[in-house]
Amino acid sequence: MADTANIGRAAGVSGPHTGEPAIHPLYVRITHWINALAVLVMIGSGWQIYNAAPLFPFRFPQSALGGWLAGGLLWHFAAMWVLVVNGLVYVTLAFATGRFRRKLLPIRPAEVARDLGAALTGRLRHDDIGSYNAVQKLLYAGILLTGAVIVLSGLAIWKPVQFRELAFLFGGYESARVVHFFAMAAIVLFLVLHVVMALLVPKSLRAMIRGR
Amino acid sequence: MRTTNVRARVDAGLLINDAAKLLPDRSRRMFLRNTASLGALALLTGCDIVDGPTSERALRIVSHFNDWVQARLFNPHRLADTYPESAITRPFPFNGYYPEEQAPDVDEDRYKLVLDGLVDNKQSWTLDQLYALPQETQITRLVCVEGWSAIGKWSGAPLSDFLRRIGADLTAKYVHFVCAEGYSTSIDMPTALHAQTQMTFTYDGEILPVKYGFPMRIRIPTKLGFKNPKYVVGLAVLNNYTGGYWEDRGYNWFSGL
Repeated sequence: MADTANIGRAAGVSGPHTGEPAIHPLYVRITHWINALAVLVMIGSGWQIYNAAPLFPFRFPQSALGGWLAGGLLWHFAAMWVLVVNGLVYVTLAFATGRFRRKLLPIRPAEVARDLGAALTGRLRHDDIGSYNAVQKLLYAGILLTGAVIVLSGLAIWKPVQFRELAFLFGGYESARVVHFFAMAAIVLFLVLHVVMALLVPKSLRAMIRGR
Repeated sequence: MRTTNVRARVDAGLLINDAAKLLPDRSRRMFLRNTASLGALALLTGCDIVDGPTSERALRIVSHFNDWVQARLFNPHRLADTYPESAITRPFPFNGYYPEEQAPDVDEDRYKLVLDGLVDNKQSWTLDQLYALPQETQITRLVCVEGWSAIGKWSGAPLSDFLRRIGADLTAKYVHFVCAEGYSTSIDMPTALHAQTQMTFTYDGEILPVKYGFPMRIRIPTKLGFKNPKYVVGLAVLNNYTGGYWEDRGYNWFSGL
């Protein structure tokens, strides 16, 4: 954890217990909340864009972000820069400091099954929020992969000619739209669970704000 | 060309067509109007920047930045995918900001393509003269700004050939198109010179039907559908930005694919 602590100290954040490493170093907290805002804007404006030509027989509430299609598109293609730049900063730092390896690996199926069982029967402990249980590891790794999929499928939809190889990878323009939609759906489901858990374990929310 | 007449009818029928439902409240040009739904975001940011002219201005600036980015991403030698006949979408959808029966009915005998701007020869072109140009056929995908796409078969003259023929200034920035019903759009010169950018005269082997833009559509498989103007009656080569019908209402100008 030395590198995390160094980053935390370098950034001048050690929380109330000076000297102890923060659970979430400053760069994680900043990029987390910027990401939260960008994701909300991307989802809200994405729903607006979806409504212009629904893939499935339903529409999102007309109150989706932007007011109408052009507004939704402007928000979507503005927030995408925030999402991608912020995401790259986070991923680069998390790789460089070894945070991903330390926090998310290894993910063992037997542990996931055990912790999932414990979670569903209300027996999963949340004493040490500094280290993730196996279900958390799986979900956080999964949401990172989903993030990569939604950005790449979005690029394929945005530029199916200039990035035609990427569009091809998703099975063409129309399948890339479907992939983009289901990646959104997965992120919304994750978001609901994530917020519910943060409210059930308030110290985890506090750690994401104050560092510990 | 019953241009004036058509435009009046278009206005009256604005709210009938499915596409017209996407139009903003006509009493207000602002495209960001759902204050209530944005309450949560406004709370999050702690101020009222989400709705209103400030955010609209900021979003327009980002949209101009995105024009710049897309112009740099655009590879003039990269071709859009072409498809076999079996992939053609049948029936190919009609789309416009008015219902299909209100599409302009252009009189082919009186039709003239009017040229303006930075071109050596501003003589207007009749339909027979245009039809006599060497033509090519493409089966490509049209991607609508709404998200749906459809594959169609278009034939016509490459716009780049025509621009050279009329002595257009190929170093100019924009080519602007004016349409019979009052629609307009403009594109960047690199896209105008792209090998697949076409002055289209036939659809699927037939003289271009009214619903697909008779007598001439500009087919650009490297741009969103609304940048593919139908019923084109005027073309101008320009160095000044002129926007377009939808671009003025908030759609991104470059809208490249």
